[in-house]
Amino acid sequence: MRFITTCLLSALPLLAADTIAIRNATVHPVSGPEIANATIVIVEGKISAVGAKVAIPKGAKVSDAKGMHVYPGMIDSATEVGLSEISSVRETNDTGELGDFNPQLKALSAVNPASEHIPVIRANGITTVVSLPFIGGGGGRMGGAVQSLITGQPAMIHLDGWTWEDMAVKRATAVELVFPAITSGRPRFMDNENPSFPRVNFTEAKRNYEKRLKELDKFFEDARRYQQAKDSKEPGFKTDLKFEAMIPVLEGKVPLLVTAMRERSIKDAIAFSDRQKVKIVIAGGREFGSTLADLKAKNIPVIAGPTLALPLNEDDPYDQAFTLPAELYKAGVKFAFGTFGNQFSRNLPYQAANAVAFGLPAEEAWKALTINAAEIWGVGDQVGTIEKGKWADLMVTDGDPLEARTNVKMLFIKGHEVDLSNKHTRLYEKYLNRP
Amino acid sequence: MRSTILLLIAAMAAFAAGPVTVIQNAQILTITKGTIKNGQILIRDGKIAEVGEKVNIPAGAKIIDAGGQFVMPGIIDCHSHIATEAVNEGTLSVSSMVGIEDVVNPEDIAIYRALAGGVTTANVLHGSANAIGGKCAVIKTRWGKDAQSMIFEGSTPGIKFALGENPKRAGATPVGQGGRGRYPATRMGVEDVIREAFTEAKTYQASWKEYNEKVQRGEKALAPRRDLKLEPLVEVLEGKRFVHAHCYRADEILMLLRVADDFGFKIRTLQHVLEGYKVAKEIKEHGAGASTFSDWWGYKVEAYDAIPYNAAIMTRKGVTVSLNSDDAELMRHLNQEAAKTLKYGGLTEDEALAMITINPAKQLAIDKYVGSIEVGKSADLVIFDKHPLSNYAKVQKVLIDGDTYFERDKDQSERTVKAAEKKTLLDKEKEQQQRQNAPRGGQGATGRRPS
Repeated sequence: MRFITTCLLSALPLLAADTIAIRNATVHPVSGPEIANATIVIVEGKISAVGAKVAIPKGAKVSDAKGMHVYPGMIDSATEVGLSEISSVRETNDTGELGDFNPQLKALSAVNPASEHIPVIRANGITTVVSLPFIGGGGGRMGGAVQSLITGQPAMIHLDGWTWEDMAVKRATAVELVFPAITSGRPRFMDNENPSFPRVNFTEAKRNYEKRLKELDKFFEDARRYQQAKDSKEPGFKTDLKFEAMIPVLEGKVPLLVTAMRERSIKDAIAFSDRQKVKIVIAGGREFGSTLADLKAKNIPVIAGPTLALPLNEDDPYDQAFTLPAELYKAGVKFAFGTFGNQFSRNLPYQAANAVAFGLPAEEAWKALTINAAEIWGVGDQVGTIEKGKWADLMVTDGDPLEARTNVKMLFIKGHEVDLSNKHTRLYEKYLNRP
Repeated sequence: MRSTILLLIAAMAAFAAGPVTVIQNAQILTITKGTIKNGQILIRDGKIAEVGEKVNIPAGAKIIDAGGQFVMPGIIDCHSHIATEAVNEGTLSVSSMVGIEDVVNPEDIAIYRALAGGVTTANVLHGSANAIGGKCAVIKTRWGKDAQSMIFEGSTPGIKFALGENPKRAGATPVGQGGRGRYPATRMGVEDVIREAFTEAKTYQASWKEYNEKVQRGEKALAPRRDLKLEPLVEVLEGKRFVHAHCYRADEILMLLRVADDFGFKIRTLQHVLEGYKVAKEIKEHGAGASTFSDWWGYKVEAYDAIPYNAAIMTRKGVTVSLNSDDAELMRHLNQEAAKTLKYGGLTEDEALAMITINPAKQLAIDKYVGSIEVGKSADLVIFDKHPLSNYAKVQKVLIDGDTYFERDKDQSERTVKAAEKKTLLDKEKEQQQRQNAPRGGQGATGRRPS
């Protein structure tokens, strides 16, 4: 009978089959105060109504969430989901392409929708992630001798879909720039004989840094000349994919996502954005110091580095990384969270919890986990809160999601209830029942 | 009569006792004896002397008012590499002649940071570069003390073994690409290295036995040449030294258990043991403890089947499980790692907290000293502002042997002083540099000669 109903309903796509209602829940919309005993109606993947006195449309598939809480799905603003499966195995990694300037590279079309990480991460309430073409560390992911500068275009994806096209939240997100840093030594784990990482003194390192900055400025100036030549239809104009990919950045349509960790790099990155008149977002910042006022004044948002991290310097306070989000908040800087990896993306809510423990108001942590991220990535009208008209990216939980003991009971991505089972739950069930 | 004597002894003890501290108004998570909603702990001579809703507070006792906060035993990390000058002696496949105790660095800032996360005891291990690695040291995070004072008195010595990808890497990676051409390059070879070493150790053990017997019989005998590589392995065979074995996959875990069975020794703990859940039955039968991560996975092939339910499955199948860090950062929030087992596998609060207290204490055979809040144990205690299994909880105070080693309030209030001190030092250095850079020959010249 049920099967027949399903068949009938699926034959009528615009009717009740596409309507879902979650009722009796405590809804935390992030855009406003929590609503007790509320109902959320989802039509064709989008939220059509939310409130305490919302009527459930006839024929809607109803989920009762008595005693449960509903929050917007969380957004991890820095991962390598779909681009990296086993981080130590070269063949499973597609981040860190060779070459200094690669704005034309698109992370999105390299996202593997069948990655085992996807169901694992979403099972903890993360519905959207940003996958970066390059994520931290020294040098290219593998083999790259010198750290790239412009690494490509990050992908913003829903953690559900048959193809990367299904998953894409937005096509043009940003162009990532790994801001050069003054580094005088090779990473500690590097082979001593590796000629790619010669040890240099500070003066030399500073000279290298300035050289890299010059190359960067030149690339932007060349891109701007290309843009002018294109606009004025200069004779002999030839298409260049790299410069073509820079045009949205130069026009301010997409931001430059600048990864910079230390105060000096962040300061120079801000100066660079002033000089080149481009919109930037700082990612992975771990030490802001005197740049906070500037970030606020110039409306530069930040993807905060992992909260659960060691202090940068030996004599920094032990809780330096824990208090960073609170520091950003107090300075009035808009920020979102990133876990900067895949492995711990599912722990995104605990990064936020730690920030709350060390001074960030809980409601600000929620904004950073949802709407701030959505706005920074230019999709604030689509995701990030429980509001009419947005994608129904929702998690239904039995408590506060920032507490590890809380369980995600149901998850909706674009109104589709996704399977919470994954590689880990399957192995759990299999081996728990081993005779 | 008997009670009178007891009373007398008690009174004498009170009279003769040294400093007394009382923690009051605390929710006490004893781990082994339940939870006291609002209780007191009396600490005398660094030991827990009384625990309960009310204790007998002697005059002059130092009072720590925990006002609505939570006290739990100091956290024990069964796998750490902090406080060391070196980790891996990786040039040989068997490096049992070296040991962490010789390279303890009491000035490693990671000690203080671990302390600020509630860790009071750590099993500091040699690295995993070789099948049989170096000797380990159990330390207390007595920040500010010297290297010798870090060592946990009465702890059983240990040794690190390692299986799988790490020990075979030096052989499997081509020379010139970071490899050393060092045997072994496969899991088969890892087993062989261990078997060869223990075969040698048995012969060595027998040669000493023969010598000692001859001496006892009053015969003339030449002592065997001492072998510092084999001595620790003989200690393993005799149960005097614990094996802490780094392992990942079910096959290699089972292999090691069988090798140990064949040579008649025990594996004390399987470290990481990410596929332990697949062979929990065999681990339990052997009697090994398991010390694992809460949720690490996917960073290498042998961690691709790692699941966050590992700790729960092994616990349910009767294995003593601890959660470790292997990492100076993770070490700072092991309480939050324990909280994950409530979600992944539905363990109880007591079971979760046991994994970072009494269970690692049992694994290291230091449970008669630490690991729970019980009379007679060392006063290694952590005070949290919220329940330690809450992700919002912060460590407020840490005591080791009854002495306060970390106080959040003090840490915060001293920051400005320390910043000022740093600035003074930097200014002084700058000044000195300027003086040195000043033109030579003038009044301000330092007389520095060109080198």
